[in-house]
Amino acid sequence: MAVADHAIARRGLKDFFRRSDAARGYALLSPVMIVMVAALAAPMILLALYSFWTQNGLTLDSHFTLDRYVDSFSRETYRALFYRSLAISGIVTVVTVALAYPMAYFVAFRVERAKFLWLVLLTIPFWTSYLLRVFAWKIILGYNGVINSGLMDLGLIKRPLEFLLYNPFAVVVTLAHAWAAFAILPIYVSLEKIDRSLLDAAADLGDGPMRRFLRVTLPLSLPGILGAAVLIFVPTTGDYVTPTMVGGSGGVMIANIIEVQFDRIGDWPAGAALAIASMAAVGIITLLTVQAVRLAASRVR
Amino acid sequence: MARKPKGLFIYAIFYLAFLYVPVLFLPLFSFNNSEFIAFPLSGFTTRWYSEMLADGAMHQALWNSLKVGTFVSLLSTILGLLAARALTRYRVPGGGLALGLISLPLFIPDIVLGISLLILLNRFGLPLSLYGVALGHMLICMPFAITVLMSRLEGFDKSLEEASLDLGETPWMTFWRVTFPLVLPGIVASLLLCFIVSFDEFLIAYFLAGTDATLPIYIWGQLRFPSQLPKVLALGAVILVVTAALVFLAEWLRSLGNRAAHRPAGV
Repeated sequence: MAVADHAIARRGLKDFFRRSDAARGYALLSPVMIVMVAALAAPMILLALYSFWTQNGLTLDSHFTLDRYVDSFSRETYRALFYRSLAISGIVTVVTVALAYPMAYFVAFRVERAKFLWLVLLTIPFWTSYLLRVFAWKIILGYNGVINSGLMDLGLIKRPLEFLLYNPFAVVVTLAHAWAAFAILPIYVSLEKIDRSLLDAAADLGDGPMRRFLRVTLPLSLPGILGAAVLIFVPTTGDYVTPTMVGGSGGVMIANIIEVQFDRIGDWPAGAALAIASMAAVGIITLLTVQAVRLAASRVR
Repeated sequence: MARKPKGLFIYAIFYLAFLYVPVLFLPLFSFNNSEFIAFPLSGFTTRWYSEMLADGAMHQALWNSLKVGTFVSLLSTILGLLAARALTRYRVPGGGLALGLISLPLFIPDIVLGISLLILLNRFGLPLSLYGVALGHMLICMPFAITVLMSRLEGFDKSLEEASLDLGETPWMTFWRVTFPLVLPGIVASLLLCFIVSFDEFLIAYFLAGTDATLPIYIWGQLRFPSQLPKVLALGAVILVVTAALVFLAEWLRSLGNRAAHRPAGV
């Protein structure tokens, strides 16, 4: 009897899985979801918890407190670093997107046969080692680097130029180079999606190339531009390798002090609070900017 | 058709130069017979390469990176394949949300992923090891794996599987003889791309590796010593060439796969 019940229950379960799309889908999704919950959601929740705790020497005091946040916001040096990180990432984002747009436009509208080749050429640098690409800029901009030694070799300068490396400018150049593919691909995809008959229609209605670009192409590629901007702005605010390698003391960014809290100082709650606060601020700024740009774009049209 | 202006083409060439020229200085100076990375070039040598090859710490780091990269690319691709199939074949309520969660690591700075995993391991008393590094690398590989595999599965004609089943093949044989060969280019592309992402990743590994350095951690350590730089250049040049070749292969497979998948029957 019990065996029969069991068999029916089993068949019922089997039928349920066979019939229900959703159940099969969830079954296939579950391994990924387990990894994402264990390696992303749980650590993020712990990070948030830590930011409300206190480090007393070697022990951790888990009473709720906002002191770490108050600390982070009230310290002049942290605030300055934070603004600098935002400013550097903002400039990097604008520069990278502006440089990438014509490139993406070229591949989407001008290249006919060799699209694939162009796209691969543009993505290869993105996949190759970030560390090495940043290192390449250190070689180029350094005191005895490629530019300085090259210019001296040519007799154009007598002494090495010192303003090339170890400053925010070097950070901006290096990041704009490193994140180029992140700008090109989303913009290319949105340009490629544009229905070409719209452009013909605009031309038939008497719009010149410039007007046509501003009124049809640019607004329709806005999702790609915004996607690229978010994809660059958000991670670069937390970049560690570039400011450490080419930024010098003037190019230090928020990730550098987070790293110090976790490594040398050993105050994990303080580092956690800095990380959460800066992610929250970056998230809010990003959302507001995206909304503002969308609103402005819809007004123009 | 009217002749297109040449301006954009010239811009595109300059842009490619901007992307590639800085990186090409690594191989250039790796053959330069001088400890200083500066012009003028002082003659050809391969001694930095032999020095690099003789470095035992480098071997260990390379081995660690290969292990992590292989493990991560296999696991990410298998999990990505299951998830991609769920999201393309079945109507899953909340599927968009799941996809959002999988893509989320793209929008979180690596340092935050690193420190939060460090806290997790520490909280559960787990030692720092290459397993932790692999877990972190899976986070950043999954978005790529799922994108590549979903685009492959979306272009996949469901009726081919149904035909196979109607002709009397078992589901298992249908999978091996129909589904798998059709999805294979996507699988290989995903394996290659995940391997490269993991192989090149520095910051997450830096927090989680403990004493088992991966190759990027080894390189980072060497960068502090000017006398080691030429050797790092040689290593960097090799890494650049190999990863570029792998990426080209992956992208080529992906495009090949997509074209075949979208080709109408009988063509």
